[in-house]
Amino acid sequence: MLAIVKKELSSYFHSLIGYVYLAVFFGFSGFYFFATSLYSNTTSLNYMYNGLFVIICFLIPILTMKLFSVERKQKTDQALLTAPVSLFSIVMGKYLSVLLIYLFSISITLLYGIIISFFAPAEWAVILGNFVALFLIGAAIIAIDMFISSTTESQSIAAVASFAVSFLVIMFDAMTSLVSVDFISKILKGISLTQHYYNTFTVGIFNIADIIFFLSICTLFVFFTIRVFEKRRWS
Amino acid sequence: MIEVRNIKKYYGSKIAVDDVSFAVNDGEILGFLGPNGAGKSTTMNILTGYISSNEGTVTIDGFEILKEPIKAKSKIGYLPEIPPLYLDMTVREYLNFMFDLKNIKFPKISHIEEICEKVKIIDVIDRLIKNLSKGYKQRVGLAQALLGNPKLLILDEPTVGLDPKQIIEIRNLIKELKKDHTIILSSHVLPEIQSICDRVLVINKGKIVADDTAENLSNNLQAETNLIAQIQGDKEIVLRTLSNIQQIINIEASEEKSEGVFEYKIKSVSDDVRKHIFRELAKIDCPIIELKTSTVNLEDIFLQLTKDEDELKPNDLNISSNNAESEFDKGGEK
Repeated sequence: MLAIVKKELSSYFHSLIGYVYLAVFFGFSGFYFFATSLYSNTTSLNYMYNGLFVIICFLIPILTMKLFSVERKQKTDQALLTAPVSLFSIVMGKYLSVLLIYLFSISITLLYGIIISFFAPAEWAVILGNFVALFLIGAAIIAIDMFISSTTESQSIAAVASFAVSFLVIMFDAMTSLVSVDFISKILKGISLTQHYYNTFTVGIFNIADIIFFLSICTLFVFFTIRVFEKRRWS
Repeated sequence: MIEVRNIKKYYGSKIAVDDVSFAVNDGEILGFLGPNGAGKSTTMNILTGYISSNEGTVTIDGFEILKEPIKAKSKIGYLPEIPPLYLDMTVREYLNFMFDLKNIKFPKISHIEEICEKVKIIDVIDRLIKNLSKGYKQRVGLAQALLGNPKLLILDEPTVGLDPKQIIEIRNLIKELKKDHTIILSSHVLPEIQSICDRVLVINKGKIVADDTAENLSNNLQAETNLIAQIQGDKEIVLRTLSNIQQIINIEASEEKSEGVFEYKIKSVSDDVRKHIFRELAKIDCPIIELKTSTVNLEDIFLQLTKDEDELKPNDLNISSNNAESEFDKGGEK
């Protein structure tokens, strides 16, 4: 598993993808930090985190699109799948590598918290709540996008489908409000990522139920990805 | 070393591997021979655990590939048809990664360098794989398979797409590897199998059609002697004259080679009939322009065995090999 994490990380920074992702993310986060916090004289980083949520929705597919699709296209998956390692560690290795880059990129927001604390006492509970929420929702989206990447050979298809998922995540609440059947709208609200993102973490409350919700999404899609490979072996 | 029992693989309703069973002993080198699409690669993918068979078992050194995949896979070095290379890595990075992935216990740097020496890629070790020539890429793939000195090497068409010089080099390399490894090698290039392998397995349409040593396979088909003659003179007269010779079983006239010269395929019992032919033809003043024996080699066997069964007549077992040979050479060295 470690071998795969190492290889994936180095491949992100061998190609430009890793640098482009970090540059774009840092650029936007810097801009949001400046515009919504420094420029408007507030210690609240909430607006910045809100803005970043949309940014990561569209940056994560860049990281995940080639995870498995390119392996399959270039037949390098043959090396992975015939090596004496379990499917679980292959998939987890890939997943962890993206997660690490993602974690590294969003960690910069903690730096902004420190910068803020020079001017006025920062609300660390809210900042950490936002940070953990951004991490969890990112981890869930990464898992979904990784699953998408494992189902196709083409990284463009993987990217487009992942963008669609991101868009759906953002629009989900607006869409569920159109459903008039009470029962269905409740279910839809229950599976909406953003419902578990806002309202609790963003005001500094660590709700176990929400944490478990995100972790289950991650687990579910890691499991699905493993199943994709299992299935391919048999068909 | 490896035991394959009744494996079957379906792609949808189409059967790709149909009830294949064989065993390979330690230190043996087995050639897997078959036309394109015969099921060679599918079988190899099943042996290495890349895909699963629908029925049957594969046991490697006592470990069943589906039940104890990690133990079984650690015994195998596999070079697939298209070497699984990460093009944006250098050779060294790639081998380092494969070394870690396979969880090998040898000292890393010296082991990798030793293998690079063996397959002669030490001088390109710090170059990006995407900039290497096809021959070098193939060798990097082979180096990857050799990491950790696996007991069993499975090589899927290791020489395809290489130039003749590289083919000879890779073949020699495989012959060297023979000492320390059990090898399964697939190919549709017959001389390759003939020159490297102890044993040949011919596969066609997913079925094993022959399993023997290369020599035995050709001996079995060589009970009769074949001659190919180019004779000047009227076809009818020549045919009538030759058919008077007792030892000759069958004569077939084929196309006119040059003006007045026809080619004949002559089948006879093993006694040499060449002097009789010479004497008879001298009597009717029909000079022999060319006379040669056609020996049956793996190519004939291959063509025979992979023919549709309904077309297979006993007579066909002795067809001449000229056309087939040239076609195969072209196909093989392309």
